[in-house]
Amino acid sequence: MDSIKYLDPTTQFVLFSIVKILIAFVVVMTFVAYAVLVERKVSAWIQDRVGPNRATPFFAQYLPIIGPALVRLGIFQPMADGLKFLLKEDFTPSYVRKVYFWLAPAITVIPALMTIAVIPFGSTLGNPANPMVIADLNVGILYTFGVVSLGVYGIVLAGYASNSKFPFLGGIRATAQMISYEIAMGMSVVAIFMVVGDLNLSRVVAYQEANIFHWMVFKQPLAFVIFLVAAFAETNRLPFDLPESESELVGGYHTEYSSMKFALFFLGEYAAMIAASAMMVTLFFGGWAYPWGGGEAAGLLNGLGHILCFILKMGVLLVVFIWVRWMLPRFRYDQLMALGWSRFIPLALANILVTAIWLAFLSR
Amino acid sequence: MTKVVERKPLSALERTYLPTLASGLKVTWKHFKKTVFEGKPATMEYPEERWVVPEGYRGAPYLVKDQEGHTKCVSCQLCEFVCPPKAIKITPPGPDGQVADRTNAEKMPQEFEINMLRCIFCGFCQEVCPEEAIFLQRDYSLTGESREEMIYNKEKLLKLGGVHGGIQKWKHKLEEAKEQEEFPVAKI
Repeated sequence: MDSIKYLDPTTQFVLFSIVKILIAFVVVMTFVAYAVLVERKVSAWIQDRVGPNRATPFFAQYLPIIGPALVRLGIFQPMADGLKFLLKEDFTPSYVRKVYFWLAPAITVIPALMTIAVIPFGSTLGNPANPMVIADLNVGILYTFGVVSLGVYGIVLAGYASNSKFPFLGGIRATAQMISYEIAMGMSVVAIFMVVGDLNLSRVVAYQEANIFHWMVFKQPLAFVIFLVAAFAETNRLPFDLPESESELVGGYHTEYSSMKFALFFLGEYAAMIAASAMMVTLFFGGWAYPWGGGEAAGLLNGLGHILCFILKMGVLLVVFIWVRWMLPRFRYDQLMALGWSRFIPLALANILVTAIWLAFLSR
Repeated sequence: MTKVVERKPLSALERTYLPTLASGLKVTWKHFKKTVFEGKPATMEYPEERWVVPEGYRGAPYLVKDQEGHTKCVSCQLCEFVCPPKAIKITPPGPDGQVADRTNAEKMPQEFEINMLRCIFCGFCQEVCPEEAIFLQRDYSLTGESREEMIYNKEKLLKLGGVHGGIQKWKHKLEEAKEQEEFPVAKI
């Protein structure tokens, strides 16, 4: 490992970045797979069912007690699901617009994964020069909003390319919904950055790291509520899953998709959920900081602890995402629009105003 | 007659969606608790746990034996003729084939086949049988790995059907006949 120290800083940076990207990608993909499992299990429990408990790989029988327990919990189900998607027939209907049809799933997944890049998922692993964030951008949040708004194109393109009525309706709904809620979402975080005074997400975390009372969720509760609801709308989760709405639009924008292309949409949805949770943890729940504070990590162990803390906070938010799915019925289209435009946008604006007045009052 | 349901406008509190959120949380938590902590899911884990069917359930039709373990079927083929999906196929013994293994019967089928893939569990065979030899029993999930396997032959049907204890047609007929002889008739 010592040989790394003799490389010039640029090479070191590139090397560390590649390692971080690879690890973050693998971790996020694992999270997506297990988020799907958690979704299926929690949904089952809420609906008085048992959920997936049958997937048994050959090695499970050699584990004495843990094996059957893991099988009951469905731990091996994501592997079976992944394999199923790979082996399914990839069917392209004759009437679709081929180029866009192939492009749309990729455009849905990539922005969701790109958002992860600016999120500080840990402090350091002992070396202060190497923070646990892939890209420590000074305009982190602007980058996020820029990338997230690309996500809608994938869905709209899928609706257009499928050349059939249900995906088309799903695509239309997605456009209106996601654009409306992006405004509310963007405005809700303005108040945060007014308080922090910086757009860099690492600084936002640094501002909150002292202890639990410094977390933004207590300082800006209204901003948090607006951001949370907008995040549900942005990730197409119930009660705002109008682009998908399987009960009225069959499957919405992904009706015509099958196999791996469908899996990419699926993956995109969960990756977006994970990205939104990570964003909320960073902005409102103190990022990687422990609830009792502690500052930047001194050693490797503490650094890993911070990463674990971040992942736990994210997991709680993911369960909230999943739980809410069974709490509320789907909004009607006009209710959705009314909620976005005539409630959340004025509320977010009022929040900015009140925060500004408060800050001006404090600085006097 | 149409019934007009009055739609009350939502109150200010209801328009915040907070009461809905709270009641939604309550309902989901109740069910979550029931399944996870009390271990009482509403579903059954099918192949291991099976639903116990009620009395009189119309499952798969099987042939039954009488008290002495003899074949009740006399190969009259009424069930074969009445069967709507033509699931039953009977091979009669012919003029010099096997004789019945019980009294009160002239013959019994050489082969009796029910194609369980065709059978619709309608119960016509049971209804039409003059010998009370075929009954719809409790099996509701029949599976096999091939079509041939799903054609049940006489041996298998008799084994699955077992002895039917409740109905003893010929014993009752005999009792009835005796009662007729002893029946007091008023003399005019």
